[in-house]
Amino acid sequence: MLEVRNLTKRYGDVVAVRDISFTAAQGQILGFLGPNGAGKTTTMRILTGFLPATSGTAKVAGFDVFTESAEVRRRIGYLPENPPLYTEMTAESYLRFVARIKGMARGAIEDAIDRVIGTCGLESVRHRLLGQLSKGFRQRAGLAQALIHDPPVLVLDEPTIGLDPIQIREIRALIQQLAGRRTIILSTHILPEVSQICEKVVIINEGRVVLEQDMATLKSGGTLEDVFLRAIAKAHDAEHGAEATA
Amino acid sequence: MRNVFTIAGREIRSYFVSPIAYVVLTGYLLLGGWFFFNLLARFNMLLTIYSAQQNPQILERLNLNEFVIAPLLHNLSVILVILVPVITMRSLAEEKKAGTYELLLTSPLRISEIVLGKFLGAFVFVAIMVATTFVYALILMVYGNPEMGVILAGYLGLLLLATAFVAVGVLTSSFTENQIIAAVSCLVSLLLLYIIAWPADSAGEVMGAILKYVSLTEHFAQMVKGVIDTKDLLYFATVIVLAIFLTHRSVESIRWR
Repeated sequence: MLEVRNLTKRYGDVVAVRDISFTAAQGQILGFLGPNGAGKTTTMRILTGFLPATSGTAKVAGFDVFTESAEVRRRIGYLPENPPLYTEMTAESYLRFVARIKGMARGAIEDAIDRVIGTCGLESVRHRLLGQLSKGFRQRAGLAQALIHDPPVLVLDEPTIGLDPIQIREIRALIQQLAGRRTIILSTHILPEVSQICEKVVIINEGRVVLEQDMATLKSGGTLEDVFLRAIAKAHDAEHGAEATA
Repeated sequence: MRNVFTIAGREIRSYFVSPIAYVVLTGYLLLGGWFFFNLLARFNMLLTIYSAQQNPQILERLNLNEFVIAPLLHNLSVILVILVPVITMRSLAEEKKAGTYELLLTSPLRISEIVLGKFLGAFVFVAIMVATTFVYALILMVYGNPEMGVILAGYLGLLLLATAFVAVGVLTSSFTENQIIAAVSCLVSLLLLYIIAWPADSAGEVMGAILKYVSLTEHFAQMVKGVIDTKDLLYFATVIVLAIFLTHRSVESIRWR
């Protein structure tokens, strides 16, 4: 469903992502982990067609993100780190706008709005301005936006950042509920979150994949936190060891 | 095309919920009204003086088009140089700042649809601004007998000028996520296009002709006189199309490898 192969992204001299490869099967929730600045957001932006890769390929639902970008964009729902909200719009009119630009048929839009407002628990704020909503509701509106055209692939960049524990639990339950036939890539810093809902985990550090493993096989190697820290440390040693011998 | 209207529709609605739009519109009408009042008062004074002197030659040369409408349109065009950047500055810059740019660019929209939608939205707002000042022409028609054709040509000129301003404004807004930078660079570009013909008379024949051709004012002045020439229409069309094309390239550049 999702296939990243030898992806590299350079910003001038800075390499944000080096030669990363990973895959996610249909219906899988993939936890995408890494320290700040590891290249998570860059990778997600490439997958959603926002940024081009410098080299390498990525396929989403069988389409190449670079050469068939429009097809990919039709099939992907994306929640960036900051929910992309127009603060002067009401939740409902915002979702209507997003549904239109996602290319939905006119007749299907109102039903889709009702559906995502239900799924994301936005009933009480349906006619409120997005700018007046609390952080939790903004995050939900962002999620609703990503879901409106019922995409087979969801890319969620830190969907629980800045939320309180109750809201985190709600969003997590929501993501779990959304899985099934959808493939979800979830980037986060909250490791217990990943161990609870993800079926597969990819850890990247300094632009490189340092671990790609199914959760089931990972559980035997201690907590996810141990695994994460070990993987990052190993990558760090490898880097600096190589420098010492060079 | 449907997507263009979707983007433009959202844009127009967002203008009318923002206080900036009302401040700009009010300011424009206020200044326009002040110009109109003063031009009319001056016209009235001249009329009184020359009637008292019983100078029929000069009286014949006093007409509403030349003494009220033409200077009014020129003044309004200067105000547009200052106010259009304020309207267009948010166009793409705010989307970048707010993160909604990512939403637009990861939707299955063509870049041309985004750019045209943004342009159309700002154009509609500015066209409304220009249209509101037509009330002064209507007042003159009720109480005087100006030449209708000349007025219409002049307003067409003002509208084309404003449209070119909007295209330049959307372009500068596409370069940055900072609205102030977008507004200032638009203002400077417009002022430059406005005054670029100043040294034309002393710049030599070829250079002078080029400067005059590039200058917005020269073409606008022709239309204010009531002359609709394809040469001037072509000029405005060129500026508008070029600015939209460059905006397209600027937005597209994020997808270049």
